[in-house]
Amino acid sequence: MAQQVWIGAAAGFAGDRADASGPLIEALARHDGPRFLIFETLAERTLALAQLDRLADPSRGEVPALKRLLMPALAPCIAAGIRIVGNFGGANPRGAAAKIRQWGKELGWPEIKIAVVEGDDLRSKLTAAEFARFESDGDLLRGEPEIVAANAYLGAEAIAEALSRGADIVVTGRVADPALVLGPLKHSFGWADDDWDRLAAGVLAGHLLECGSQVTGGYFADPGIKDVPGMDTLGYPLAEVERDGSFVVTKPVGTGGLVDRRTVTEQILYEIHDPAAYLTPDVVLDLTDVEIEEIGRDRVSVKGARGHAAPNTLKATICIDGGLLAEAEISYTGPNARARAGLAIETVTKRMARFHPALQIRADLIGSVSVFGDSAGAMLAAATPVSGNADLRVRFAAETTDGAAAECLLDEVEALYCAGPAGGGGVRKRLTPRLRSTSCLIARDLVSPQVSMLEVP
Amino acid sequence: MPAVPLYQLAHARSGDKGNRLNIAVVCREERFYRPLSEHLTPDFVTAVFRERQPSAVRRYELPKLRAFNFVLDDVLDGGVNGSLGLDGHGKTLSFLLLSASIALPAGMLGAEEPPQPQPMPGEPR
Repeated sequence: MAQQVWIGAAAGFAGDRADASGPLIEALARHDGPRFLIFETLAERTLALAQLDRLADPSRGEVPALKRLLMPALAPCIAAGIRIVGNFGGANPRGAAAKIRQWGKELGWPEIKIAVVEGDDLRSKLTAAEFARFESDGDLLRGEPEIVAANAYLGAEAIAEALSRGADIVVTGRVADPALVLGPLKHSFGWADDDWDRLAAGVLAGHLLECGSQVTGGYFADPGIKDVPGMDTLGYPLAEVERDGSFVVTKPVGTGGLVDRRTVTEQILYEIHDPAAYLTPDVVLDLTDVEIEEIGRDRVSVKGARGHAAPNTLKATICIDGGLLAEAEISYTGPNARARAGLAIETVTKRMARFHPALQIRADLIGSVSVFGDSAGAMLAAATPVSGNADLRVRFAAETTDGAAAECLLDEVEALYCAGPAGGGGVRKRLTPRLRSTSCLIARDLVSPQVSMLEVP
Repeated sequence: MPAVPLYQLAHARSGDKGNRLNIAVVCREERFYRPLSEHLTPDFVTAVFRERQPSAVRRYELPKLRAFNFVLDDVLDGGVNGSLGLDGHGKTLSFLLLSASIALPAGMLGAEEPPQPQPMPGEPR
């Protein structure tokens, strides 16, 4: 059994930097023992979009960023004996694996061992009525709408099994993000299924790594307050994990970014609700006694995670059609811009109320009140108007299943060019198909993860 | 009581799950933890987010991390897949909380000089 495991995280989401893996692979290649590179690429909506891709073409459905993110890492990882784990299989892990096989051939590595983890897709396992009954968060499914995607968050066990069967690359669909790290740790250290404190430590390591650079200075810099060197060359995180579950978070030497008490603290609590009970498929993590210590430059030690028995249910994300998001913008600047922008909002709102009275329209005033504002407009209405030479951009947004209403809003904003207040310019408009998502809690026995090795032809 | 922008006492990061927002507030210095634990209350945070009408605001205390985790229910206009706003994740909202001024009794920040309030740029608060 291994005494120490090295894991790097080369992507924290599908839109992440493709050159992040290079310095991580160089750093991992300098060490012996088990080394892994993970890619987390599946936001809630990404999988549903991938499902729509697969419906259009059965060979597709992988995370679209798969090639962009994996290609630079593939040959160097295989050459250095670094194993790759990624949820970039999206809605089609088997299809993604076939593509990776093909790229491996082109790169001179035709016999890469690729494992596929499946079983997260629940659409054929439950009826619409059952999904509605198991919904844990709202009532989006009450009317039993058509389901675009329904995927359970699988745990680390299947990933550990895939690695035990010799996989160089493990391709998954939906798994709990920290399982991408816990799987390699379970495999390497042989942690038991009920060694809750060890599993909790592995989940904490995974939680800190799964968003990539968010623990190494990304999503953190605030010039003059929290300065981060080298934002253009951010190093992505590395964890050095011990058998007992304690670990050090660091990053490759010579990269930008920083790892310190503050970056780690912010990321420990990222997307956490009750810090005493972070639910995952493998363990319930209690991080209230976690202690972090700066032990060197860009080196932070993390210990003290506690674990409790895993929950009896698995979370699943369900996506349904969400109609269209209509957005249109126009700018007003210079003297009295605030009043002209306000008149534009009033004009469009009045006309839309005449043509489509049921449509709820949001107005933002970018440069004054926008992202902080509420959709009902209470904050915008209460704000002290900006005065003087402002540079404002009015944004209108509405969601509807009625394409004509959506188009009407875009037309009305464009009409402001001629029929609106003085000096309006720079109209941009966009219609985006939407997917709504919600959560279900599914009994474990309804979900059966499967591991298979892609045959070498 | 002197009012200090929270921004001068803490840094913060927000995250989302569905229509629920969490904001981790981390004290810039250890000595700020105790005064903030008394005054940075769920009611205070509820008031900052009043326009979004949170259905619940909970605070979790993490003294070993010098941090608080706030969880605000139903404030993201349906969340990233449902919001009409530009930032359905609520990623920017950590700075809405940080820009709020918090009144602390004089001397509450400990022996050292309290941070001097500086004008906060921009509207609305």
